[in-house]
Amino acid sequence: MPGTSSSSSVVTIALTDPGEGLTEAEIIDIKVAVGDTIAINDAVIEVETAKSAVELPSHVAGTVTAILVAVGDEVPVGSALLQVDTAGGPAPTEGQGASPVDATAAAGDAAPEPEATPTEDAAASAEPAEDEPKNLVGYGAKAAPQRRRRRRGAQDDGPQVPIDRILAKPPVRKLARDLGVALADVFATGPDGTVTRADVLAAQQRAMSGDTPSAQDGDYFPEESPQAPEGLGVAMKSTRDQPFAGVTSDERTTRVPIRSVRKRTAEAMVASAFTAPHVTVFNEIDMTRTVQIISDLKASREWADVKVSPLVVIAKALLVAIRRNPEINASWDEQNQEIVYKHFVNLGIAAATPRGLIVPNLKDAHLMTLRELAEGIDDLAKTARAGRTSLSDTREGTITITNFGVFGIDSGTPILNPGESVIVGVGAIKDKPWVVDGQIVTRKIAQLALSFDHRLIDGALGSVLLRDLSAVLEDPALGLVWG
Amino acid sequence: MSVFATTIPSVAEQEPLIQLLAPDGTRTPHPELDAVISAAAPGSDGDDLATPERLRGYYRDMVMIRAADLEATSLQRQGQLGLWASALGQEAAQIGAGHASREQDYLVPTYREHGIAWARGIEPWRLLESFRGVSHGGWDPNELRTHPYMIVLGSQAPHAVGYAMGLQRDGVVGTGETATDTAVLALFGDGASSEGEVSESFTFAASFQAPVVFFTQNNQWAISVPASVQSRVPLAQRSRGWGIPSVRVDGNDVLAVLGAVRAALDAARAGEGPQFIEAVTYRMAAHTTSDDASRYRPAVEEQEWGEKDPILRLRRHLEQLGEIDEAFIVRCDEEAHELAMELHHHIHGMEDPDPVGMFTHAYAEPHPIVEAEREQYLEYIAQFEDENENDKAEQRGEQA
Repeated sequence: MPGTSSSSSVVTIALTDPGEGLTEAEIIDIKVAVGDTIAINDAVIEVETAKSAVELPSHVAGTVTAILVAVGDEVPVGSALLQVDTAGGPAPTEGQGASPVDATAAAGDAAPEPEATPTEDAAASAEPAEDEPKNLVGYGAKAAPQRRRRRRGAQDDGPQVPIDRILAKPPVRKLARDLGVALADVFATGPDGTVTRADVLAAQQRAMSGDTPSAQDGDYFPEESPQAPEGLGVAMKSTRDQPFAGVTSDERTTRVPIRSVRKRTAEAMVASAFTAPHVTVFNEIDMTRTVQIISDLKASREWADVKVSPLVVIAKALLVAIRRNPEINASWDEQNQEIVYKHFVNLGIAAATPRGLIVPNLKDAHLMTLRELAEGIDDLAKTARAGRTSLSDTREGTITITNFGVFGIDSGTPILNPGESVIVGVGAIKDKPWVVDGQIVTRKIAQLALSFDHRLIDGALGSVLLRDLSAVLEDPALGLVWG
Repeated sequence: MSVFATTIPSVAEQEPLIQLLAPDGTRTPHPELDAVISAAAPGSDGDDLATPERLRGYYRDMVMIRAADLEATSLQRQGQLGLWASALGQEAAQIGAGHASREQDYLVPTYREHGIAWARGIEPWRLLESFRGVSHGGWDPNELRTHPYMIVLGSQAPHAVGYAMGLQRDGVVGTGETATDTAVLALFGDGASSEGEVSESFTFAASFQAPVVFFTQNNQWAISVPASVQSRVPLAQRSRGWGIPSVRVDGNDVLAVLGAVRAALDAARAGEGPQFIEAVTYRMAAHTTSDDASRYRPAVEEQEWGEKDPILRLRRHLEQLGEIDEAFIVRCDEEAHELAMELHHHIHGMEDPDPVGMFTHAYAEPHPIVEAEREQYLEYIAQFEDENENDKAEQRGEQA
């Protein structure tokens, strides 16, 4: 649609798809100025697309009130180009001056495309256009078709997901769009690699529990397969066939050298578990309102391009709770015999990746808006999944969130990331009976588990932190009061 | 000797080009075609297609359809049409051929026959519907005796020949009954004429002496391929190898087209077999709104052809006859502008059709497979509604 009324009489002229399936165009000429009076079909802007240079005619008559683009801009289809006030404008018949066969029109004007806008007159008088070919009746003043510049090839602005390569039926695409699930993140199980409804719903389920789809993506190292002896045999067999250096197998066991992520994980866990005395406190909370906020965000246009999951809101709530209990954000410095209170939060997010557990952290998360958190977390997850997490991304964390809810687990006793004093574990959000005002109703329930280093944090402080976190998640409005 | 030749000149370039109106409006007498279009000419059958009133009518028609064409291009640029294939510059070929056909004749167009459609009484907004994607064809081909626009080029030839062979079997060819004898006019362009099915159609048409006239508008460009690359000889000469008589006419000369098409259809209707006409014209606009002609053809070529404009040419002729005045010209322009504005407002208010409508006309009678497909499609559509319902239900649930 070329335009939508924004206010009573001001109409926006937007970039249409001037070819078939084009997505953007470059502005190469603006043919009107603010204050110009234009008629229906007056050429207002010339754009160059991947296919051609075309003049865009106005679909309304009126006075140009704003020009929203500049020559040289590359704008996506649908972008607002200019605004026209149609109230004081001329009647549509204004464009009558030039009609298909008109003696005066024969000198250069096009049929219902009169060109005599004030700017053009000015331009014409400014520069004598003697070499301009005289157009014959109605062929449209194809002003300067000689201008030939190709500006394509700008495909190097970052890796883009080839959305149209993903096979999914239109209703499934719509479902994904409605649920805010990026098709590119969905693990396809349909015939010929098509994404099915069930896949989208599963992806959404994972997203709701804060997971990244990596769990589905691929080969976990065999030692991370938690259970299921039967399945293990299959996994082992397939692992045995994989050409990993140093891997040896017989009929009953497979031996995999400990290295890389696995090794680092083990060292960190041992160091932490046997250095910091862990205490874990639990709380079961009603996440219904948080889930509602998430679904509202997903439905909002502003958030259309952001992946929003419970994890994002939990992160925000945790930051609010830390702000109320800043002494929690500290670490034990054994060497210097000091407690180091941090004035910043580098929020770690435990990520299961095909190569193992990684805990990259969001630097200065305490300064971030909800949207920045969402983008940051998504970024961390993608980087981790792609195996591109750098060491510095994993250093200097202050507090970590681990999301075992991803696996459908209710709770656990998380081990602190070394050098940190608090870790929050989030269980799966499940529909459960809950007592509200004396009535049993179905609510979205999840368990939170909070482990802390008892050397510097007492049970009271740890409990208050978990209580405050729970309170914000149960009643997100508290975030306004405390945040 | 007929203008419709069956032999090829020893030098291909000597193929005559029939022209009754020069670009400056000068009228050249042509005994044979004058007898077809002018009642005053010797040998006329009494029909007068070239009275001043008729000429003004052709002029108005061309002005109107050009305005609609330009408006459609604007509408596409404004996002109202998915695509538009402009017939700018080909008005004389189309208005001439359209009016040369008789009411009972059957016309088989491509997607660039807006002048044909206009002459056959198809309102321009019906063309726009198809290009907007809200109609599967737009009109009743039986009622208007004009086939729906066909996007597949070249298909017009076999369709037309098949229809013409059907007419033979209906016994409405060569009976001498002028009111019922019927012929078919197949329309296609220079590009389509290079396609195999056109040659195959020539074979069938010639073998069965089907009452069909092949009317090729050689607009010089098959998208970006010039006619000179597609054929080493004038297109008009191609059909002669099949024994199909043919003629080359100036396609920007409404009278030449009118005379040639009328003569050819009369012959076909009378049972004299297929005929072929090459109308030499020029596609003044790009192939479609998705195309940019300036990438492959020089502007100077467009200027040259602009000077041969079909509308100006007829106006000059009328001026020379003293049969047109400024008031008429202005009135035509005003009506054309009104038509354009009507289309503009009509399109902006157009509603989407019922999506299951496509099953309605697949067959004349109910058909179990089509019915099953219709049901499947309804279920498919219902999926979308389900999702909407689910969304709503979800929201209700979460608010509870």
